[in-house]
Amino acid sequence: MSQPQAQARPDVADCRRDFPALDQQVSGHPLAYLDNAASSQQPQSVIDAVARYHREDHANVHRGVHTLSHRATEAFEGARDKLRDFINAASRNEIVLTSGTTEGINLVAQSYCRPRLGAGDEILITHLEHHSNIVPWQQVCEQTGASLVVAPINERGEVELDQFLGLLSEKTRFVAISHVSNALGTINPATDIIAAAKERGIPVLLDGAQAVPHMAVDVQALGCDFYAFSGHKMFGPTGTGVLYGRESLLDAMPPWQGGGDMILEVSFDGTTYNELPYKFEAGTPNISGVVGLGAAVDYLVDVGLDRIAGHEEQLLGYMTQRLGDLPDVRLIGTARNKASVQSFIVGDIHPHDLGTILDHQGVAIRTGHHCAMPVMDYFGVPGTARASLALYNTEGDVDQLVTAIEKAQRLFA
Amino acid sequence: MNAVSIRPADEMRDLYRELILDHARNPRHFHKLDAATHTAEGINPLCGDKLRLYVAVDDNDVITAAAFEGSGCAISVASASLLTDLVTGLSKQQALDCFAEVTGRLTAPDEYESRDIGVNLDKIRALDGVRDYPSRVKCATLAWHALSSAVRGQSDTVSTE
Repeated sequence: MSQPQAQARPDVADCRRDFPALDQQVSGHPLAYLDNAASSQQPQSVIDAVARYHREDHANVHRGVHTLSHRATEAFEGARDKLRDFINAASRNEIVLTSGTTEGINLVAQSYCRPRLGAGDEILITHLEHHSNIVPWQQVCEQTGASLVVAPINERGEVELDQFLGLLSEKTRFVAISHVSNALGTINPATDIIAAAKERGIPVLLDGAQAVPHMAVDVQALGCDFYAFSGHKMFGPTGTGVLYGRESLLDAMPPWQGGGDMILEVSFDGTTYNELPYKFEAGTPNISGVVGLGAAVDYLVDVGLDRIAGHEEQLLGYMTQRLGDLPDVRLIGTARNKASVQSFIVGDIHPHDLGTILDHQGVAIRTGHHCAMPVMDYFGVPGTARASLALYNTEGDVDQLVTAIEKAQRLFA
Repeated sequence: MNAVSIRPADEMRDLYRELILDHARNPRHFHKLDAATHTAEGINPLCGDKLRLYVAVDDNDVITAAAFEGSGCAISVASASLLTDLVTGLSKQQALDCFAEVTGRLTAPDEYESRDIGVNLDKIRALDGVRDYPSRVKCATLAWHALSSAVRGQSDTVSTE
């Protein structure tokens, strides 16, 4: 991945000043935004790109002969090309623009799996998954009679690779795993899993929502068949996302929704579907959002994913150490290979109470089950507090978090 | 610990008043009630609060005992604990009046017109701090919704979502 201006930025955390939302006080304290796994803030360049599009270029795409429609189409399709480069897909036909990770996974469940699966077949996932990588497969199982098989995790919150591989069998027809766990930050051994699945000819989907803002992703190097991610966790607008699919698989799949833009010709005798990727993009898309997502890709590439990963790895180490040094704090999720996230519990303070007290000190974290209730069940907790980092976070944010936790402990002492 | 920096946490005392913290730490009537004639469960999916409320009602429609079990945040547990203290000895109608009074005051303090229901609700005022925390109002009203559901004889699970 090219990093043309990498040398121009001495410190990744200097990027903080590119994000206007971070420059504010909450409850009389500087905002320490540590809820990036839920949604990240947007840099000025993304905000400007969306505003400029609305101010100057807005029209519907792929339709009009007029100038604005042409500009809108260029901006929209230009973003698709950036996204192709961003994850190194072989072709722009493999970049289906969606409303987010959830839609991408549902598309694969309904369009790829549903017509192919039946009783006796198995879909293999892990115990770590976000609900959006559980429920769509449960639905397909209900529709087809297939079974959902869940690979176990250990007390560190890691998928047990041997056990996972042991669950691959001639019955396994599909594998769906998170690249990075949203609740715990565990980086799953995707390449090992994909290689083993490939040997058996089993397609693999990676839920990449928590990976793309934190590390360079190359879908060809990974060898996965599908890769879904969201714009709003990588500094882009909400309501945007990408489903990468291997072209040969996408070609063989029926459309998932019908409507405008996904057709070549419609008559009451029948309809000829459009070519890839438009076959999967029925209706007017989120044009301005995708334009913003293109700007977010520019921003990430400009800063450099490798530098971001290095900065966050160092900061995660600092945060884990500071939290671990606090008395009566239990770290949930201590995988050896992690990105960005630390879940924890403070004594017998309920996470929701902790979240309110921290908010009162300007610290934004997520509390609750993080849409991963099976993970909470495994650790025997109703929920956790979760601090999640992005490129703009600093040791100062972590220090503010720790100070706020100490205050909560005094309040509840 | 840095003594100078204790002060800002005191701002939270409006929400986490001593009475709330006391009831959260030592919830009253925190057990299953074998003699219960009515029961309902309250779930707050946002934070995972899950409480089951039990009431025993005699032939004269008087609540002779109330109890709860489950898990939740300090606000929801304290609210349930205060509730069980309060409703014991009240009639079913008075309990429903309390439900209307508490939920009305917490969810729509500007519109709700308080009325005299003949029950001393002073202790429940300790919950008033949640009105400044929209995401926490549901925690405070959870047990009350369960009470309303139980007393009305709808033994289903109620959700604040």
